[in-house]
Amino acid sequence: MVDVRKERWNKQAGTQVGREERELFEKVILPHLNSAYNLARWLTRNEQDAEDIVQDSFVRALRSFDTFRPTEDGRAWLLAIVRNCCRTWHQRSRVAQAVELDVDSQPALAAWSDPEALLRNAGDSEQLHAAIGELPLEYREVLILRELEELSYKEIAQIVEVPLGTVMSRLSRARRELYARLSASGGQVGR
Amino acid sequence: MNCQQARELMDAYLDQELDLMTSSQVGRHVAECEGCGEVYAKYRRVRDGVSEQMPYFAAPPKLEEKIRAELDLRKEERRAAKTVANWGRWAAIAACVAGVLLFTFVSVRALRRPSGSELLAQEVVSSHIRSLLANHLSDVVSSDQHTVKPWFSGKLDFAPVVKDLSADGFPLIGGRLDYLNDRPVAALIYKHRQHTINLFTWPSAGGDSGPQSYSVRGYHVLQWTRAQMTYWAVSDMSAADLNNFARDFMR
Ligand SMILES: [Zn+2]
Repeated sequence: MVDVRKERWNKQAGTQVGREERELFEKVILPHLNSAYNLARWLTRNEQDAEDIVQDSFVRALRSFDTFRPTEDGRAWLLAIVRNCCRTWHQRSRVAQAVELDVDSQPALAAWSDPEALLRNAGDSEQLHAAIGELPLEYREVLILRELEELSYKEIAQIVEVPLGTVMSRLSRARRELYARLSASGGQVGR
Repeated sequence: MNCQQARELMDAYLDQELDLMTSSQVGRHVAECEGCGEVYAKYRRVRDGVSEQMPYFAAPPKLEEKIRAELDLRKEERRAAKTVANWGRWAAIAACVAGVLLFTFVSVRALRRPSGSELLAQEVVSSHIRSLLANHLSDVVSSDQHTVKPWFSGKLDFAPVVKDLSADGFPLIGGRLDYLNDRPVAALIYKHRQHTINLFTWPSAGGDSGPQSYSVRGYHVLQWTRAQMTYWAVSDMSAADLNNFARDFMR
Protein backbone atom coordinates (compact mmCIF):
# COMPACT_ATOMS: atom_id res chain seq x y z
CA MET A 1 0.00 0.00 0.00
CA VAL A 2 2.88 2.29 0.80
CA ASP A 3 4.21 1.69 -2.70
CA VAL A 4 0.93 2.58 -4.25
CA ARG A 5 0.84 5.80 -2.31
CA LYS A 6 4.36 6.66 -3.27
CA GLU A 7 3.53 5.95 -6.87
CA ARG A 8 0.55 8.26 -6.72
CA TRP A 9 2.63 10.92 -5.12
CA ASN A 10 5.20 10.70 -7.90
CA LYS A 11 2.53 10.72 -10.53
CA GLN A 12 0.97 13.84 -9.12
CA ALA A 13 4.29 15.58 -8.55
CA GLY A 14 5.34 14.86 -12.12
CA THR A 15 8.87 13.66 -11.36
CA GLN A 16 10.33 10.73 -13.27
CA VAL A 17 6.90 9.13 -13.49
CA GLY A 18 7.19 8.66 -17.20
CA ARG A 19 10.14 6.37 -16.80
CA GLU A 20 8.85 4.34 -13.86
CA GLU A 21 5.45 3.94 -15.39
CA ARG A 22 6.98 2.92 -18.68
CA GLU A 23 9.24 0.39 -16.97
CA LEU A 24 6.32 -1.19 -15.16
CA PHE A 25 4.34 -1.25 -18.37
CA GLU A 26 7.16 -3.01 -20.18
CA LYS A 27 7.46 -5.52 -17.39
CA VAL A 28 3.80 -6.49 -16.89
CA ILE A 29 1.97 -5.62 -20.14
CA LEU A 30 4.34 -5.75 -23.10
CA PRO A 31 5.30 -9.44 -22.56
CA HIS A 32 1.72 -10.38 -23.47
CA LEU A 33 2.08 -9.16 -27.03
CA ASN A 34 1.68 -12.67 -28.46
CA SER A 35 -1.54 -13.25 -26.51
CA ALA A 36 -2.87 -9.92 -27.72
CA TYR A 37 -2.02 -10.67 -31.33
CA ASN A 38 -3.38 -14.22 -31.17
CA LEU A 39 -6.74 -13.01 -29.87
CA ALA A 40 -6.97 -10.17 -32.39
CA ARG A 41 -5.92 -12.48 -35.22
CA TRP A 42 -8.61 -15.03 -34.32
CA LEU A 43 -11.32 -12.44 -33.86
CA THR A 44 -10.60 -10.47 -37.04
CA ARG A 45 -9.31 -13.39 -39.14
CA ASN A 46 -7.02 -10.96 -40.87
CA GLU A 47 -3.30 -10.28 -40.32
CA GLN A 48 -3.22 -6.59 -41.13
CA ASP A 49 -6.31 -5.75 -39.07
CA ALA A 50 -4.94 -7.79 -36.17
CA GLU A 51 -1.69 -5.78 -36.26
CA ASP A 52 -3.54 -2.46 -36.33
CA ILE A 53 -5.80 -3.50 -33.48
CA VAL A 54 -2.88 -4.66 -31.35
CA GLN A 55 -1.03 -1.38 -31.88
CA ASP A 56 -4.13 0.57 -31.02
CA SER A 57 -4.72 -1.62 -27.95
CA PHE A 58 -1.23 -0.96 -26.60
CA VAL A 59 -1.63 2.78 -27.00
CA ARG A 60 -4.94 2.60 -25.16
CA ALA A 61 -3.41 0.34 -22.53
CA LEU A 62 -0.64 2.84 -21.81
CA ARG A 63 -3.11 5.70 -21.71
CA SER A 64 -5.28 3.94 -19.13
CA PHE A 65 -2.41 2.30 -17.31
CA ASP A 66 -3.25 4.18 -14.11
CA THR A 67 -6.39 2.02 -13.80
CA PHE A 68 -4.20 -1.06 -13.67
CA ARG A 69 -3.76 -2.40 -10.15
CA PRO A 70 -0.44 -4.17 -9.44
CA THR A 71 -2.34 -7.14 -7.99
CA GLU A 72 -4.13 -7.72 -11.30
CA ASP A 73 -3.07 -10.11 -14.01
CA GLY A 74 -1.52 -8.05 -16.81
CA ARG A 75 -2.52 -10.47 -19.52
CA ALA A 76 -6.22 -10.53 -18.63
CA TRP A 77 -6.21 -6.73 -18.28
CA LEU A 78 -4.63 -6.31 -21.72
CA LEU A 79 -6.87 -8.91 -23.38
CA ALA A 80 -9.98 -7.07 -22.18
CA ILE A 81 -8.73 -3.99 -24.05
CA VAL A 82 -7.87 -6.00 -27.17
CA ARG A 83 -11.27 -7.62 -27.10
CA ASN A 84 -13.00 -4.23 -26.90
CA CYS A 85 -10.93 -2.91 -29.79
CA CYS A 86 -11.96 -5.95 -31.84
CA ARG A 87 -15.59 -5.27 -31.01
CA THR A 88 -15.28 -1.70 -32.22
CA TRP A 89 -13.55 -2.93 -35.37
CA HIS A 90 -16.39 -5.36 -36.04
CA GLN A 91 -19.01 -2.70 -35.56
CA ARG A 92 -17.16 -0.38 -37.89
CA SER A 93 -16.51 -2.92 -40.61
CA ARG A 94 -19.88 -4.57 -40.23
CA VAL A 95 -18.36 -7.97 -40.56
CA ALA A 96 -20.38 -8.95 -37.59
CA GLN A 97 -23.69 -9.76 -39.22
CA ALA A 98 -23.41 -13.41 -38.27
CA VAL A 99 -22.77 -12.31 -34.72
CA GLU A 100 -26.12 -10.64 -34.36
CA LEU A 101 -27.85 -13.88 -33.50
CA ASP A 102 -28.32 -14.46 -29.82
CA VAL A 103 -26.12 -17.47 -29.23
CA ASP A 104 -27.07 -17.92 -25.61
CA SER A 105 -30.67 -18.70 -26.42
CA GLN A 106 -29.87 -21.33 -29.00
CA PRO A 107 -30.26 -24.93 -27.88
CA ALA A 108 -26.96 -26.70 -27.35
CA LEU A 109 -26.30 -29.39 -29.92
CA ALA A 110 -27.22 -32.66 -28.34
CA ALA A 111 -25.91 -34.82 -31.18
CA TRP A 112 -22.57 -36.39 -30.47
CA SER A 113 -20.15 -37.53 -33.14
CA ASP A 114 -17.37 -40.04 -33.26
CA PRO A 115 -14.49 -38.37 -31.43
CA GLU A 116 -11.76 -40.53 -32.97
CA ALA A 117 -12.82 -39.50 -36.46
CA LEU A 118 -12.98 -35.97 -35.17
CA LEU A 119 -9.42 -36.07 -33.91
CA ARG A 120 -8.25 -37.43 -37.24
CA ASN A 121 -9.96 -34.46 -38.82
CA ALA A 122 -8.54 -32.11 -36.25
CA GLY A 123 -5.13 -33.39 -37.28
CA ASP A 124 -5.75 -31.41 -40.39
CA SER A 125 -5.17 -28.14 -38.62
CA GLU A 126 -6.29 -26.08 -41.61
CA GLN A 127 -9.71 -27.62 -41.31
CA LEU A 128 -9.76 -27.00 -37.57
CA HIS A 129 -8.65 -23.44 -38.19
CA ALA A 130 -11.46 -22.86 -40.68
CA ALA A 131 -14.06 -24.46 -38.42
CA ILE A 132 -13.12 -22.20 -35.49
CA GLY A 133 -13.02 -19.18 -37.77
CA GLU A 134 -16.60 -19.82 -38.82
CA LEU A 135 -17.94 -19.96 -35.27
CA PRO A 136 -19.98 -16.96 -34.08
CA LEU A 137 -17.79 -14.35 -32.42
CA GLU A 138 -19.27 -15.03 -28.98
CA TYR A 139 -18.22 -18.67 -29.23
CA ARG A 140 -14.86 -17.95 -30.78
CA GLU A 141 -13.70 -15.56 -28.09
CA VAL A 142 -14.43 -17.85 -25.13
CA LEU A 143 -12.85 -20.78 -26.96
CA ILE A 144 -9.62 -18.87 -27.70
CA LEU A 145 -9.41 -17.51 -24.16
CA ARG A 146 -9.91 -20.95 -22.66
CA GLU A 147 -8.17 -23.41 -24.99
CA LEU A 148 -5.26 -21.22 -26.06
CA GLU A 149 -4.80 -18.75 -23.22
CA GLU A 150 -5.99 -21.21 -20.55
CA LEU A 151 -7.64 -18.43 -18.58
CA SER A 152 -10.04 -19.25 -15.74
CA TYR A 153 -13.80 -18.87 -16.19
CA LYS A 154 -13.63 -15.91 -13.83
CA GLU A 155 -11.00 -14.12 -15.90
CA ILE A 156 -12.96 -14.87 -19.08
CA ALA A 157 -16.12 -13.52 -17.44
CA GLN A 158 -14.32 -10.25 -16.72
CA ILE A 159 -12.89 -9.93 -20.20
CA VAL A 160 -16.10 -10.79 -22.03
CA GLU A 161 -18.25 -8.91 -19.46
CA VAL A 162 -20.83 -11.62 -18.83
CA PRO A 163 -21.72 -13.58 -15.68
CA LEU A 164 -19.75 -16.72 -14.81
CA GLY A 165 -22.72 -18.97 -15.62
CA THR A 166 -22.87 -17.56 -19.13
CA VAL A 167 -19.17 -18.30 -19.67
CA MET A 168 -19.80 -21.88 -18.62
CA SER A 169 -22.77 -22.43 -20.93
CA ARG A 170 -21.24 -20.49 -23.82
CA LEU A 171 -18.04 -22.49 -23.66
CA SER A 172 -19.83 -25.82 -23.67
CA ARG A 173 -22.07 -24.70 -26.56
CA ALA A 174 -18.99 -23.49 -28.41
CA ARG A 175 -17.30 -26.85 -27.99
CA ARG A 176 -20.34 -28.84 -29.10
CA GLU A 177 -20.81 -26.54 -32.08
CA LEU A 178 -17.16 -26.82 -33.09
CA TYR A 179 -17.15 -30.60 -32.79
CA ALA A 180 -20.34 -30.82 -34.82
CA ARG A 181 -18.86 -28.68 -37.58
CA LEU A 182 -15.64 -30.67 -37.61
CA SER A 183 -17.35 -34.00 -37.90
CA ALA A 184 -19.70 -32.64 -40.55
CA SER A 185 -16.79 -31.35 -42.63
CA GLY A 186 -15.02 -34.67 -42.17
CA GLY A 187 -17.86 -36.38 -44.01
CA GLN A 188 -19.17 -38.14 -40.92
CA VAL A 189 -22.73 -38.90 -41.92
CA GLY A 190 -25.35 -40.24 -39.60
CA ARG A 191 -23.77 -39.07 -36.39
CA MET B 1 -27.33 -35.65 -9.23
CA ASN B 2 -29.05 -36.85 -12.40
CA CYS B 3 -27.64 -37.33 -15.91
CA GLN B 4 -28.92 -34.01 -17.25
CA GLN B 5 -27.31 -32.04 -14.44
CA ALA B 6 -24.09 -34.01 -14.77
CA ARG B 7 -23.91 -33.27 -18.49
CA GLU B 8 -24.63 -29.59 -18.05
CA LEU B 9 -21.74 -29.37 -15.62
CA MET B 10 -19.45 -31.65 -17.64
CA ASP B 11 -17.34 -28.95 -19.29
CA ALA B 12 -16.86 -27.03 -16.06
CA TYR B 13 -15.92 -30.32 -14.39
CA LEU B 14 -13.43 -31.04 -17.16
CA ASP B 15 -11.93 -27.57 -16.75
CA GLN B 16 -11.77 -28.00 -12.96
CA GLU B 17 -13.94 -24.94 -12.48
CA LEU B 18 -16.50 -26.42 -10.06
CA ASP B 19 -16.43 -25.98 -6.32
CA LEU B 20 -15.20 -28.97 -4.37
CA MET B 21 -18.61 -30.29 -3.42
CA THR B 22 -20.20 -30.05 -6.86
CA SER B 23 -17.07 -31.43 -8.46
CA SER B 24 -17.14 -34.52 -6.25
CA GLN B 25 -20.85 -34.97 -7.03
CA VAL B 26 -20.17 -34.92 -10.76
CA GLY B 27 -17.14 -37.17 -10.27
CA ARG B 28 -19.21 -39.70 -8.40
CA HIS B 29 -21.95 -39.64 -11.03
CA VAL B 30 -19.45 -40.07 -13.87
CA ALA B 31 -17.84 -43.01 -12.06
CA GLU B 32 -21.16 -44.71 -11.42
CA CYS B 33 -23.13 -43.92 -14.58
CA GLU B 34 -21.88 -45.71 -17.68
CA GLY B 35 -23.50 -43.32 -20.17
CA CYS B 36 -22.11 -40.17 -18.57
CA GLY B 37 -18.76 -41.90 -18.03
CA GLU B 38 -18.47 -42.45 -21.78
CA VAL B 39 -19.51 -38.91 -22.59
CA TYR B 40 -16.94 -37.58 -20.14
CA ALA B 41 -14.14 -39.67 -21.68
CA LYS B 42 -15.10 -38.44 -25.16
CA TYR B 43 -15.34 -34.79 -24.16
CA ARG B 44 -11.97 -35.05 -22.55
CA ARG B 45 -10.21 -36.72 -25.49
CA VAL B 46 -11.68 -34.27 -27.96
CA ARG B 47 -10.98 -31.19 -25.88
CA ASP B 48 -7.35 -32.22 -25.39
CA GLY B 49 -7.00 -33.02 -29.09
CA VAL B 50 -8.48 -29.74 -30.20
CA SER B 51 -6.60 -27.53 -27.77
CA GLU B 52 -3.34 -29.22 -28.77
CA GLN B 53 -3.93 -28.77 -32.48
CA MET B 54 -5.53 -25.38 -32.48
CA PRO B 55 -3.15 -22.94 -34.20
CA TYR B 56 -1.64 -20.17 -32.05
CA PHE B 57 -0.72 -16.99 -33.91
CA ALA B 58 2.46 -15.43 -32.59
CA ALA B 59 2.93 -11.71 -33.24
CA PRO B 60 5.08 -10.87 -36.29
CA PRO B 61 8.64 -9.94 -35.18
CA LYS B 62 8.37 -6.34 -36.35
CA LEU B 63 5.21 -5.64 -34.39
CA GLU B 64 7.01 -5.24 -31.08
CA GLU B 65 9.35 -2.65 -32.58
CA LYS B 66 6.43 -0.74 -34.01
CA ILE B 67 4.64 -0.75 -30.69
CA ARG B 68 7.71 0.44 -28.79
CA ALA B 69 8.16 3.27 -31.28
CA GLU B 70 4.50 4.16 -30.93
CA LEU B 71 4.77 4.20 -27.13
CA ASP B 72 7.88 6.44 -27.27
CA LEU B 73 5.96 8.86 -29.41
CA ARG B 74 3.12 9.02 -26.91
CA LYS B 75 5.57 9.58 -24.09
CA GLU B 76 7.01 12.63 -25.87
CA GLU B 77 3.52 14.04 -26.27
CA ARG B 78 2.79 13.47 -22.61
CA ARG B 79 6.03 15.13 -21.53
CA ALA B 80 5.23 18.19 -23.62
CA ALA B 81 1.80 18.40 -22.06
CA LYS B 82 3.33 18.05 -18.62
CA THR B 83 5.74 20.99 -19.05
CA VAL B 84 2.86 23.27 -19.85
CA ALA B 85 1.02 22.01 -16.81
CA ASN B 86 4.01 22.41 -14.51
CA TRP B 87 2.80 25.64 -12.92
CA GLY B 88 0.00 23.62 -11.38
CA ARG B 89 2.48 21.32 -9.72
CA TRP B 90 2.18 22.77 -6.22
CA ALA B 91 -1.56 22.74 -6.43
CA ALA B 92 -1.27 19.15 -7.54
CA ILE B 93 0.87 18.28 -4.54
CA ALA B 94 -1.64 19.85 -2.20
CA ALA B 95 -4.42 17.94 -3.90
CA CYS B 96 -2.30 14.83 -3.62
CA VAL B 97 -1.91 15.16 0.14
CA ALA B 98 -5.66 15.40 0.44
CA GLY B 99 -5.91 12.50 -1.98
CA VAL B 100 -3.62 10.30 0.07
CA LEU B 101 -5.63 11.04 3.19
CA LEU B 102 -8.85 10.21 1.40
CA PHE B 103 -7.24 7.18 -0.21
CA THR B 104 -6.15 5.85 3.20
CA PHE B 105 -9.59 6.44 4.59
CA VAL B 106 -11.25 4.68 1.66
CA SER B 107 -8.80 1.74 1.89
CA VAL B 108 -9.46 1.29 5.57
CA ARG B 109 -13.15 1.29 4.86
CA ALA B 110 -12.71 -1.16 1.98
CA LEU B 111 -10.65 -3.54 4.10
CA ARG B 112 -13.34 -3.79 6.69
CA ARG B 113 -15.52 -6.89 6.69
CA PRO B 114 -18.29 -6.95 4.05
CA SER B 115 -21.44 -5.13 5.10
CA GLY B 116 -24.60 -6.89 6.21
CA SER B 117 -26.28 -6.48 2.86
CA GLU B 118 -23.19 -7.77 1.01
CA LEU B 119 -23.22 -10.87 3.19
CA LEU B 120 -26.92 -11.27 2.53
CA ALA B 121 -26.29 -10.94 -1.21
CA GLN B 122 -23.81 -13.81 -0.93
CA GLU B 123 -26.37 -15.84 0.98
CA VAL B 124 -28.95 -15.11 -1.73
CA VAL B 125 -26.59 -16.33 -4.47
CA SER B 126 -25.74 -19.50 -2.53
CA SER B 127 -29.44 -20.19 -2.11
CA HIS B 128 -30.01 -19.64 -5.83
CA ILE B 129 -27.21 -22.04 -6.82
CA ARG B 130 -28.39 -24.64 -4.29
CA SER B 131 -31.92 -24.50 -5.66
CA LEU B 132 -30.63 -25.19 -9.18
CA LEU B 133 -28.19 -27.94 -8.22
CA ALA B 134 -30.33 -29.83 -5.80
CA ASN B 135 -33.08 -30.09 -8.39
CA HIS B 136 -35.35 -28.57 -5.79
CA LEU B 137 -36.47 -25.45 -7.51
CA SER B 138 -40.16 -25.49 -6.64
CA ASP B 139 -42.34 -26.90 -3.89
CA VAL B 140 -45.40 -25.81 -5.79
CA VAL B 141 -45.21 -25.87 -9.57
CA SER B 142 -47.69 -23.53 -11.15
CA SER B 143 -47.75 -20.62 -13.52
CA ASP B 144 -50.92 -19.37 -11.85
CA GLN B 145 -50.38 -16.69 -9.22
CA HIS B 146 -53.74 -17.66 -7.68
CA THR B 147 -52.36 -21.13 -6.95
CA VAL B 148 -48.92 -20.06 -5.80
CA LYS B 149 -50.00 -17.32 -3.38
CA PRO B 150 -52.43 -19.42 -1.28
CA TRP B 151 -49.89 -22.23 -1.16
CA PHE B 152 -47.72 -20.07 1.10
CA SER B 153 -50.47 -19.32 3.58
CA GLY B 154 -50.12 -21.43 6.70
CA LYS B 155 -46.46 -22.02 5.88
CA LEU B 156 -45.34 -18.42 6.43
CA ASP B 157 -46.42 -15.71 8.83
CA PHE B 158 -46.86 -13.26 5.94
CA ALA B 159 -48.50 -13.25 2.51
CA PRO B 160 -45.99 -12.65 -0.27
CA VAL B 161 -46.87 -10.55 -3.30
CA VAL B 162 -47.10 -12.95 -6.23
CA LYS B 163 -47.29 -11.61 -9.77
CA ASP B 164 -47.33 -13.37 -13.10
CA LEU B 165 -45.10 -11.55 -15.57
CA SER B 166 -45.57 -13.83 -18.61
CA ALA B 167 -46.65 -10.88 -20.70
CA ASP B 168 -43.29 -9.23 -19.96
CA GLY B 169 -41.32 -12.33 -20.86
CA PHE B 170 -40.85 -13.57 -17.29
CA PRO B 171 -43.32 -16.44 -16.78
CA LEU B 172 -43.93 -17.58 -13.20
CA ILE B 173 -42.83 -21.18 -12.70
CA GLY B 174 -43.66 -21.83 -9.06
CA GLY B 175 -42.83 -21.16 -5.44
CA ARG B 176 -40.68 -22.61 -2.70
CA LEU B 177 -40.04 -22.13 0.98
CA ASP B 178 -36.49 -21.09 1.75
CA TYR B 179 -34.50 -19.83 4.69
CA LEU B 180 -32.55 -16.57 4.52
CA ASN B 181 -31.45 -13.84 6.89
CA ASP B 182 -32.30 -16.15 9.83
CA ARG B 183 -35.94 -16.51 8.88
CA PRO B 184 -38.26 -18.51 6.59
CA VAL B 185 -38.85 -16.64 3.34
CA ALA B 186 -40.88 -17.07 0.17
CA ALA B 187 -38.97 -17.89 -3.02
CA LEU B 188 -40.78 -17.23 -6.29
CA ILE B 189 -39.31 -18.81 -9.39
CA TYR B 190 -39.48 -17.10 -12.77
CA LYS B 191 -37.99 -17.99 -16.13
CA HIS B 192 -36.57 -15.79 -18.84
CA ARG B 193 -35.70 -17.85 -21.91
CA GLN B 194 -33.42 -20.54 -20.48
CA HIS B 195 -32.49 -18.48 -17.41
CA THR B 196 -33.96 -19.03 -13.97
CA ILE B 197 -34.71 -16.17 -11.62
CA ASN B 198 -35.15 -16.69 -7.89
CA LEU B 199 -37.07 -13.86 -6.21
CA PHE B 200 -36.82 -14.04 -2.42
CA THR B 201 -39.21 -11.94 -0.36
CA TRP B 202 -40.08 -11.27 3.26
CA PRO B 203 -41.51 -8.40 5.33
CA SER B 204 -39.29 -5.48 6.25
CA ALA B 205 -39.77 -2.58 8.60
CA GLY B 206 -38.03 0.04 6.45
CA GLY B 207 -39.47 2.37 3.86
CA ASP B 208 -39.20 1.99 0.08
CA SER B 209 -35.67 1.74 -1.23
CA GLY B 210 -33.58 0.45 -4.12
CA PRO B 211 -33.12 -1.24 -6.41
CA GLN B 212 -29.58 -1.75 -5.25
CA SER B 213 -27.40 -4.02 -7.37
CA TYR B 214 -24.73 -6.51 -6.33
CA SER B 215 -22.55 -8.87 -8.26
CA VAL B 216 -21.52 -12.07 -6.51
CA ARG B 217 -19.53 -14.88 -8.13
CA GLY B 218 -20.71 -13.80 -11.55
CA TYR B 219 -24.38 -13.61 -10.63
CA HIS B 220 -26.32 -10.38 -10.70
CA VAL B 221 -28.40 -9.58 -7.65
CA LEU B 222 -30.95 -6.79 -7.18
CA GLN B 223 -32.49 -5.75 -3.89
CA TRP B 224 -35.41 -3.42 -3.35
CA THR B 225 -38.07 -2.67 -0.75
CA ARG B 226 -41.66 -1.78 -1.59
CA ALA B 227 -44.71 -1.57 0.67
CA GLN B 228 -42.86 -3.00 3.66
CA MET B 229 -41.68 -6.06 1.77
CA THR B 230 -38.07 -6.64 0.87
CA TYR B 231 -37.13 -8.38 -2.40
CA TRP B 232 -33.93 -10.04 -3.56
CA ALA B 233 -33.80 -11.11 -7.19
CA VAL B 234 -30.93 -13.26 -8.46
CA SER B 235 -30.15 -14.83 -11.81
CA ASP B 236 -27.35 -15.60 -14.25
CA MET B 237 -29.00 -13.46 -16.94
CA SER B 238 -27.58 -10.06 -17.87
CA ALA B 239 -27.80 -7.10 -15.48
CA ALA B 240 -30.03 -5.34 -18.04
CA ASP B 241 -32.52 -8.22 -18.14
CA LEU B 242 -32.60 -8.41 -14.36
CA ASN B 243 -33.25 -4.68 -14.21
CA ASN B 244 -36.18 -5.11 -16.58
CA PHE B 245 -37.50 -7.92 -14.43
CA ALA B 246 -37.35 -5.75 -11.29
CA ARG B 247 -38.96 -2.84 -13.12
CA ASP B 248 -41.80 -5.05 -14.39
CA PHE B 249 -42.32 -6.58 -10.98
CA MET B 250 -42.49 -3.18 -9.24
CA ARG B 251 -44.90 -1.78 -11.79
ZN1 LIG C 1 -25.60 -40.23 -16.03
